[in-house]
Amino acid sequence: MSQNQPVVFADNLHAGYLPGINILNGCSLTANQGELIGIIGPNGAGKSTLLKSIFGQVNVRSGNIYLNGEDITGLKANKLVSKGVAFVPQTNNVFPSLTIEENLEMGVFQTPKRFAERFEFVTSVFPDLAKRRAQKAGSLSGGERQMVAMGRALMIDPSVLLLDEPSAGLSPVRQDEAFLRVREVNAAGVTVIMVEQNARRCLQICDRAYVLDQGKDAHTGTGRELLNDPKMIELYLGNLAELD
Amino acid sequence: MDWLSIINLALGELISPLTAVYVLAALGLAVHFGFTGLLNFGQAAFAAVGAYGMAIAILTLKLPLFGAVAFGIAAVVVFALILGIPTLRLRADYLAIVTIAASEIFRYFMTTIGFSDVTGGSSGLSAFNKEFESLNPFPDGVYGFGPFTFREEQLWIRVVGWSLVAVAAVFLWLLMRSPWGRVLRGIREDEDAVRSLGKNVFAYKLQALVIGGVLAGIGGMVFSFSLANVQPQSWGTTFTFMIWTVLLLGGAATIMGPIIGSMIFFVLLMLTQSIIGGLVEIGWLPFLTPPQVGQIRFLLIGLVLMLLVIFRPQGIFGNKKELQFNG
Amino acid sequence: MANEIAVGAAAPGCKKVDPILVADNVTRQFGGLTAVNVEHLEIPRGQITALIGPNGAGKTTLFNLLTGFDKPNTGTWTFEGKNLAGISSYKVARRGMVRTFQLTKALSLLTVIENMRLGAKDQPGESFWRSLIKPLWSGYEAKITEKADELLKRFKLDAKREDYAAALSGGQRKLLEMARALMSDPKLVMLDEPMAGVNPALTQSLLEHIKGLKANGTTVLFVEHDMHMVRHISDWVIVMAEGKVVAEGPPAQVMKDQAVIDAYLGAHADTDLGLVEIKSLKAGN
Repeated sequence: MSQNQPVVFADNLHAGYLPGINILNGCSLTANQGELIGIIGPNGAGKSTLLKSIFGQVNVRSGNIYLNGEDITGLKANKLVSKGVAFVPQTNNVFPSLTIEENLEMGVFQTPKRFAERFEFVTSVFPDLAKRRAQKAGSLSGGERQMVAMGRALMIDPSVLLLDEPSAGLSPVRQDEAFLRVREVNAAGVTVIMVEQNARRCLQICDRAYVLDQGKDAHTGTGRELLNDPKMIELYLGNLAELD
Repeated sequence: MDWLSIINLALGELISPLTAVYVLAALGLAVHFGFTGLLNFGQAAFAAVGAYGMAIAILTLKLPLFGAVAFGIAAVVVFALILGIPTLRLRADYLAIVTIAASEIFRYFMTTIGFSDVTGGSSGLSAFNKEFESLNPFPDGVYGFGPFTFREEQLWIRVVGWSLVAVAAVFLWLLMRSPWGRVLRGIREDEDAVRSLGKNVFAYKLQALVIGGVLAGIGGMVFSFSLANVQPQSWGTTFTFMIWTVLLLGGAATIMGPIIGSMIFFVLLMLTQSIIGGLVEIGWLPFLTPPQVGQIRFLLIGLVLMLLVIFRPQGIFGNKKELQFNG
Repeated sequence: MANEIAVGAAAPGCKKVDPILVADNVTRQFGGLTAVNVEHLEIPRGQITALIGPNGAGKTTLFNLLTGFDKPNTGTWTFEGKNLAGISSYKVARRGMVRTFQLTKALSLLTVIENMRLGAKDQPGESFWRSLIKPLWSGYEAKITEKADELLKRFKLDAKREDYAAALSGGQRKLLEMARALMSDPKLVMLDEPMAGVNPALTQSLLEHIKGLKANGTTVLFVEHDMHMVRHISDWVIVMAEGKVVAEGPPAQVMKDQAVIDAYLGAHADTDLGLVEIKSLKAGN
């Protein structure tokens, strides 16, 4: 595995859900080892679609996706999981009738022997999961479910973590916690690709980010560069923060 | 193999009265399932209530034809209300279960010896179509050509049946294009969303159940006039599932669907029966006996239904974007 | 500012000068869990009120109870002075109290313009017998279509008019749901996280639209997590936690409340998260 090879390389993707309608119109993305990559942009730009394409859940009509140089375009999700790619969807991301512990067990479904060791790691990131392990996931609030969903993804010891709007529906304090946890996980060596609606926070914590617009990667740069770019502020970030 | 006769028979099915009956029943089911999302697995019962209601009104209540038809329709309305009022406030599955049960209950009710003075028991009712036949404007004789050759009473029932189909189709077309139809399509997808917009969802579902049921009831009446009798065996689950097949074949949320679906269904049914029967006769299918030919039809119907649901749930005319099966 | 809205000092459950909605002793329990336990709550008429609080605080449950989508264990509430407890959800909507949903309910199998037309009230064509006679409802339909197009333009959805709502993105569907809710000219609009998933650059114009509602005399109550939005347009803020109302008042005052900061806003509200120190984990494998 060459050091210069990106962990994830999506090359000029055209993809969509309904036949004949493409959401992604030539979108590319590169994630290098250990990076925290953000994907932001307006509604309908294709952020979630890009993530789901990488995870094989959307029809990629042209273009390729490479994982450490290996072509994974169109590979089914279970194969990607065995290759160390974990995905946390925005909704329906826990099993409500199972307890927290059982949800985490489902995470290591393919390698059950690693449960104890991974459980220790995941609960070091989310101590609450250990405290409430016997609680049914369906009785948890939105933010708590996000924790369980991310914990479940971490159970497979992924090398790449795909997050679809981890802050969605969370109160500000929980959003901040979520973002800090993403940083912690990333600092431990996991490459993270994160779609976010909270553009400001996303750019504050990521190494590099892509701004999607109408299915293309319209802008890219480091988080800081984009945060301070006046064009970005005008088009995507809005200046509510400065108006107060 | 008498190919000419086989093709003639099959073509004749295009406008046979039975085909019209299925169109009406399937249109009713289209209102229930295609447009409103109601799961009705007892459409045979609605047809039966209409048919029995009318026949009993003529024979026991001695009503004139149009009065009896009105009575039959009223009976269907009451039946629909009895089924709908307790179940439509609950989850969709409950209506499904209740309609299966109601269908069988009604059928057994009509077979019960105790009521056979009125219902005719298991032999059913007959001799109620005198007034219907007397309204026939066509003088005695043979009409038509080729596969469409009919005596006057055969012509009459076809004219009546297919005119009713035309009226029903126009009626539904007007209805579904209207704001009322729009509310129904909203309910089909998400009842709470429609409630939040101030619509009385329960009332709409009940109206849809009644309308779809009345269409089936009218179909039942046409059926009984075409056979000149009403028998309990005709209104079982086979009838219901054949209506479903016709509906899904044509397209559940369309009006052309039940019409074309029914025509294609019966033509194909007749073709397969004739061809397989012919092949058995000339010895090409030695493993089949003549009685089994009839049963093969039902095998095929079941297979077609399965394939439809799996590969093309929107049927021939359906819009895939509009009709989804994930409830 | 508090004096114009509240009677006396701002405090949880305080009386309002001109309340449009008054709720008393509303409780809702799920098994052993108390989701909502509100002793007294008044929503001021003609103002924009924000309802904030951590997840699980009971905000959506309270919405559901007040709008008839859920039955409380106890409680009474009045809207415009008329009792609303026990009234079914569609009747509540007809009385002028319209809500949107946290998980958007844009009707995917209808087109955008049909969604909008469905939102209108008193369309005679929606009654069964009248629907069969087109002249009875076509005039009204044209009127509501005109109104719908105007709203779609304001929400920047006019280009999508003929598309099925399924083809819209998540944020666009939220906008559609909000625009649709406005079709019936409600007196009180209750928005459940209206900005979630909406592009920040579009948020600003939408906030202007909400302010426009207030200018028209419509009362707005919304649940949100975006504090910038709350600070920017709300006249009054109600904070819920664990089913109870724990703070009320003008936004600036509420957001300085230490208890609110601890439970909800977080200490990093105005700092750069990229610069905050994080704990290092044992690297996995």
